[in-house]
Amino acid sequence: MSQLTNFTKGFVKENPVFVLLLGMCPTLGTTTSAVNGLGMGLATTFVLVMANVVISLVKNVIPAKVRIPSYIVIIASFVTMVDLSMAGFLPALHAQLGLFIPLIVVNCIVLGRAEAFASKNTVGSSLIDGLGMGLGFSFALTLLGAVRELLGSGKVFGLSIYPDTYGMLVFILAPGAFIALGYLTAIMNRLAKK
Amino acid sequence: MAKESNFKNMTLTLFVVTLLASASLGFVYSFTKGPIENAQNAKINGAISLVLPDFDNTPAAESFTREIDGGLLTFYPASKGGEPVGMAIQTFTKNGFSGQIDLMVGFLPDGSIHAIEVINHKETPGLGDKMESGKSDFNVQFKGKNPKDFKLSVTKDGGDVDAITASTISSRAYCDAVERAYNAFVKEGGAK
Repeated sequence: MSQLTNFTKGFVKENPVFVLLLGMCPTLGTTTSAVNGLGMGLATTFVLVMANVVISLVKNVIPAKVRIPSYIVIIASFVTMVDLSMAGFLPALHAQLGLFIPLIVVNCIVLGRAEAFASKNTVGSSLIDGLGMGLGFSFALTLLGAVRELLGSGKVFGLSIYPDTYGMLVFILAPGAFIALGYLTAIMNRLAKK
Repeated sequence: MAKESNFKNMTLTLFVVTLLASASLGFVYSFTKGPIENAQNAKINGAISLVLPDFDNTPAAESFTREIDGGLLTFYPASKGGEPVGMAIQTFTKNGFSGQIDLMVGFLPDGSIHAIEVINHKETPGLGDKMESGKSDFNVQFKGKNPKDFKLSVTKDGGDVDAITASTISSRAYCDAVERAYNAFVKEGGAK
């Protein structure tokens, strides 16, 4: 597999949200606006890249039977770093994302890539894989956030497109997340098949 | 990957991994501790200066707390040239649509509300979050009102507050928090 396909597979062919349907909890919970989706996506990307790099570095010294606990400790450390840094330097975004940042620890994408990719590949490929998957995840979350924000409150990235009195409130709430995700998944799969 | 697992190397590996993880977290914690405290103080101080008229003391340095209804209310007295100009009270309600809401309410010495800012909330974006100043005119209706003759409950409950459309629960909770602050303000004998 070339490095380019390693990178691009995260966007379309193996997009974590639209194709693998992994990490649904933050996907549905944080995408009330495009900015929140992007922030959550980038936080996850950082954790994915760092965890992939470190795990591919140490994969040969960790005994097979304790690899999962070790991976979880490594992932949890990076998540806590993101959590603390965000609280210190981006308090507004941190307040919005709240509980979902610590929950990156149990995001199946992160552990999934660590187990399925980083523990079997070189540092370089793991870095690119983490970056591709993370950006694919960010792309999906931003797209979903933008769609929900547009339909729900008439804005995209906080810019007013139409008056929010015409917005369909359901798209800001949880049911709208499922509806929007369902249609976006259908559209993305149709496009990917061509 | 293909490393033999035995008791010794498993224990050693987990020990080293957790040791390194806690060491790096300790480093990041000490590095971000300052900024986190600054961000929280900036938020509180920003809210105090938004809800009070001009003052020249440091309300945060003279603050005191009272325990009311199972929570803590923090009082920030403000003065200018030694004369009291108002009191900011950090208040709370547990009746929000998604849990606790923290508000900063500024009272003038005569007991009327100068302004209100939201400090923390988890209300629905696009609905309940319209209680934040700047997102709608909801909080403007409290300005200059004295709770003595302005009933702090939504019109649906016979009060004087116009609720946010489709967010009656959030609006009720907001009124509850403001009322708690006003009652405490009166109990403490107004702005000293």
